[in-house]
Order: sequence, then structure tokens, then C-alpha cells
Amino acid sequence: MALLEVHDLVVEFPTRRGVLTAVDEISLHIDEGEVLGVVGESGAGKSMTGNAIIGLLEPPGRIARGEILLDGRRIDNLPYDQMRTIRGKEIGAIFQDPLTSLNPLYTVGEQLVETIQTHTDMTPTQARARALELLIEVGIPAPERRVDQYPHQFSGGMRQRVVIALALCVNPRLIVADEPTTALDVSIQAQIIALLKRLCSEHGTAVMLVTHDMGVIAETADRVAVMYAGRIAEVGPVKQVVKRARHPYTHGLMGSIPVIGHDADRLTQIEGAMPRLTDIPTGCAFNPRCPQATDRCLRDRPEPMPTEDGQVACWLFEKEAAHV
Amino acid sequence: MAAFIVRRLIQSVFVMFFVALVAFSLFRYVGDPINQMVGVETSLKERDALRERLGLNDPMPEQFWRFISSAAVGDFGISYQHKRPVSEMIALRLPATLELSLISAILSLAIGVPMGVYTGLHRDGLLSKVFMTVSLVGISLPTFLIGILMIYLFAVKMTILPSFGRGEVIQLGWWSTGLLTTSGLKALIMPSITLGLFQLTLIMRLVRSEMLEVLRTDYIKFARARGLSNRAVHFGHALKNTMVPVITITGLQLGSIIAFAIITETVFQWPGMGKLFILAIENVDIPIMAAYLLMIALFFVIINLVVDLLYYAVDPRLRIESGTAHGHG
Repeated sequence: MALLEVHDLVVEFPTRRGVLTAVDEISLHIDEGEVLGVVGESGAGKSMTGNAIIGLLEPPGRIARGEILLDGRRIDNLPYDQMRTIRGKEIGAIFQDPLTSLNPLYTVGEQLVETIQTHTDMTPTQARARALELLIEVGIPAPERRVDQYPHQFSGGMRQRVVIALALCVNPRLIVADEPTTALDVSIQAQIIALLKRLCSEHGTAVMLVTHDMGVIAETADRVAVMYAGRIAEVGPVKQVVKRARHPYTHGLMGSIPVIGHDADRLTQIEGAMPRLTDIPTGCAFNPRCPQATDRCLRDRPEPMPTEDGQVACWLFEKEAAHV
Repeated sequence: MAAFIVRRLIQSVFVMFFVALVAFSLFRYVGDPINQMVGVETSLKERDALRERLGLNDPMPEQFWRFISSAAVGDFGISYQHKRPVSEMIALRLPATLELSLISAILSLAIGVPMGVYTGLHRDGLLSKVFMTVSLVGISLPTFLIGILMIYLFAVKMTILPSFGRGEVIQLGWWSTGLLTTSGLKALIMPSITLGLFQLTLIMRLVRSEMLEVLRTDYIKFARARGLSNRAVHFGHALKNTMVPVITITGLQLGSIIAFAIITETVFQWPGMGKLFILAIENVDIPIMAAYLLMIALFFVIINLVVDLLYYAVDPRLRIESGTAHGHG
């Protein structure tokens, strides 16, 4: 059984001009210890899916349909206080901007100790010892001194290390990492990703890595889910998706990555922009930008179809899917 | 830290110096003090003698120096009207004003902050809407009107609270307190509500908007993602981050409460400094006016210093230390 299962999840935003569907019938699963990359452009519904899983959709956003299961137990309809005991303990979270993720008025140690004591019965002394251990583990130099410092005394990269320590402090089984490196310098991004990858494999923690950076995904993820306009376009093992993408949208995404040693004058790009949630075209949402769109793509919406090692939501693969 | 306090103290001295200059100029430009002191039958010669004796013919800088050096040791001269030392009269009335002001400030904080937190957390709740509507009334009705309405209701109609005065007071050295007797406490209720109502609504609205702001931040979302209890998130993380503006406004408002207790003191016949000041204006009793001006300036200076120290206590980012921010890494 998968650690986390999401079935037909629909996330809606009621607005004055009608209900917007930010996430439209998404199904995915993450196995124990697995890293699932979730990619897509801004507004594709990646972060929204992550927020729905940790139960922190910002109002008025709400889960309209579908279910989320952790270890086969439904967690999407739990009351706030029960979900609270899962957050941090079973499912940790890392957000995009380390500069704003930490409360400026408390020392790093206070925030670690507070989190540890919320989920365990440790005494303050034990919790502090554990906090020091965590700071060493995430590679913060001079932890005995650093533990009593405030977030503003840390650089961006160091703060993200603290955030990782906070997310990991009671050994959750899953971490939802929402663009954990986007706000960092490129040189630090690689360090942080390596750290996250190492810690999670050491602890056997599964990761849902939400990003728009295909490079990060290619390096880190076991499997990839590609999202487009609130739906999943393609899911598969990372090698498959990066090297032999099926969905034309994934193709386009891969074409936009520069290849070292490959002298191209221009990077290919996908024409047009992702549709706004208010006017998603009928049929396949990608059809206005798709070079291979047919009449059918304009008319009928493709559902994710199984392939030998994943799923793809594109009519081009209907025959292939039928043979699986 | 010590350097900061010293710097602030030097600034304060400058502020007080300029206020003293303004207070001193009252003597010069607000009527002729001699006229106020003597009767119509006093001859010109006697007036000149008095003028000479009071040192009013000395050069300006000399008079000013005399004024500030005696003010610095608490001597503000003799009241024209009452022929008693001004410092004595103020000492007699200061406790009444300070007690009233402090109780009002405590009242407005103790009620305003929780109401602000509540309305911030339950922004669409029925009770929040009631609070917000009532607070509009508090902000828009003039203080004296609320005072008069309360007197009518509780003193005249229901006769449960006294309509004027401080009630019984107990002397603790030179300080007379109304906080230790039942009648003193009863007498405090209506004036302190009247005086504090505006600040209460102001603080409530401020805390509410700050809470709404802070609850949207990433660190609150991250605190929730760490599974902290609502209580810890709301009071430990959110409320503490609203405190800097609240301290600023409360500090300024405490100064205003003391300074503008005048109206409340008049409505409730409260024997405080405000009333003394009003009477002094009516009688052009300049030594009292000057002393009052200096006292209020001193309160503002002290409160501002305390506010700055509180910032330090609340927000670590304002503490200047060596070894902050270690570049990138």
C-alpha cells in the first residue's frame, strides 16, 4: 500500500465571478521513502495540491471532492485538531521562502524546541539536545552558538537548513517541499537539494517535491508528475519522463532546458501561455498550444490513461494505453 | 544598549529645553502678570516695585536661566491666583490624574487587546461584527458626551455610582490614592471608562488589523505546518508580532490620556491636574500653565523612552549587536 494516496482531488475557490477549479480531479500516490517530483508552470495547481495534502489550503480555497489517504486512513476531512497532530509529526512541510518561514521574534532553538515538545514528551533539556543534534545534521556550523540566535542572524541558505531541521525534527514519514530552493541563490540551491535528498534517504522519508525546476527534478526525484492547468498531464519514472516524454506538453518542457555541450542558438519554447482558470478550453486544456492537436482534442477531455510505467492524459496514446 | 539610553537621554534634555523655552515665553507674551496679581487700586509705583522684586525687568536670558534652573529642581514659582507654590499644588493633584490615566490605559489594553485578537481571528463572526460596530460608536462619539450619558444613567437614574469627585482617599506619604477604598474605586469607574473608551477602540482596531496582517504571513503558515496548537500559533507567534505597533500607539496614547484628561476631569469634577490647568487658563495663572506644560512634556519624554526600551525587549531585529548576518552560505 502506498504511503500517501490522492484520489480524484478537486480544489475549488469560490469567487465573486463563480467557482474556480484550481485542482481538477487529480490522483497520485507516493510510496514509502519515495521522492515524487511535481512539476508545472505557475498556476498549474502544484502548490495547491501540496497545501491540500497538509490540510492548509488558504480560505476560501476548499477541497470540493476526492479524498487523501495516509496509510489508508482518510486525512482530508479530519477536524483541525486531529489534523494538527498529523502535521509536523507524520507530514512535514517546507515552504518556498526561508526568509519568511521563520518567526523573527524567536530564536532558532526556541522554534525547534517548541515543535519537538508539541509532538513528543521530551523535557526541555532533552528537546534542546535534540535541537542541537538537528542543527548539526543539517550542517549548521557552531550549533551551540547558533541555536540561541534569531533568524535574521542567518543567511538565506542557512535559514532554509533550519527550516529543513524544523520539518524533520520529529521524523515525519512524508515531507511536502513546496519550491524549497526557488528563493535561493543558484549556488546554494544544489546544496539544499543535496541535503534534503541525503536526509530523506537516511531517514526513509518520502518527499513530494513541488517545483518548476526540471533540473532539480531530474536529479532528485524517483517519479515525476507533470501538471498542467490543474490536471495531471503525465506521470512516470523520472528517466522515462525526462528522456522519452510522451505528452506533448512534457516534450515542450524538456525542450526548454539547455543541454550542456549542445550548441543551440535558441532554446525551444512552448508557444502561448497556460490558460487562466476562468477560461480553460473544452477538450484537452493544452490544445491551443499543442502542435499535434486534433479535432478530438478540441472536443473531448483526455483522462489519464495507463502506460507501461505510468499514466498519460493525451489522445495520442490511446492505442498504446489500450494494450497495457 | 547603554549608549542608546545615553543618546536618548541627551535628546530628551534638548526636547525639555525647547518646551521650557515655550513655557517661559508664556510669561512674556500672555498678558501682564502684574495685572493679574494686583487689584485696580494698586498704584503704578507699587506695580513697578513689584515688577522689580519679581525680577521681571532683568534681561531675558537671565530670566530664562532662572526659570529653568528652578524648574529643574521642581520649583515653578508661586501661583498668581492662589499665592501658593505651584509645585505644591501640582503634587497635590498629580496622583489623581496619574491614577485615573493609568487605570484608563490598563483598562483599554486589558479589554482592547483581547477584543482585537478575537475580531482578528474570527473576522466574519457575529460577535466580531458587533464589536466593530460598537467600536465605531466609541471612536466617533465625543468623550464628554459618553461621560454625561453615563452620569445620567448610573449616577442619576440608578444611583449606583458617584457622579463627581474621587471618593475617599488614603495618604501614602505625599501620594493620595483612591485605589484602596471602595468609594475611591467606585468613583474611578465612570471617569476611567470615559477616558479610556477611545483608546480601547483604537487599540482593538489596531490589534485586529495587525492580526489579520500577521496571520497571512509565511511564518504563521509554517507554524501551522509544524503542527503547533492554535493557541501557540495565535498567541505565541501571531500576537507577539503585532506588539511593536501596539506598543507605539499605546505609548503615544498614554501621553494623550494624561494630557487630555482635562475634559474628563471637568465632566466628573475630578480633582486632577487637568482641572487645575483649566482654572489656570481662566485666570491667566501663568506659573501653573508653564509648569503643566513642562510636566506633560516630561511625561511624553519618559513614555517615549520606555516605548523604545520595550521595542528592544520585543523585537530582536532592533537590537544592535556585533556578528549579525553572516553573508551567504
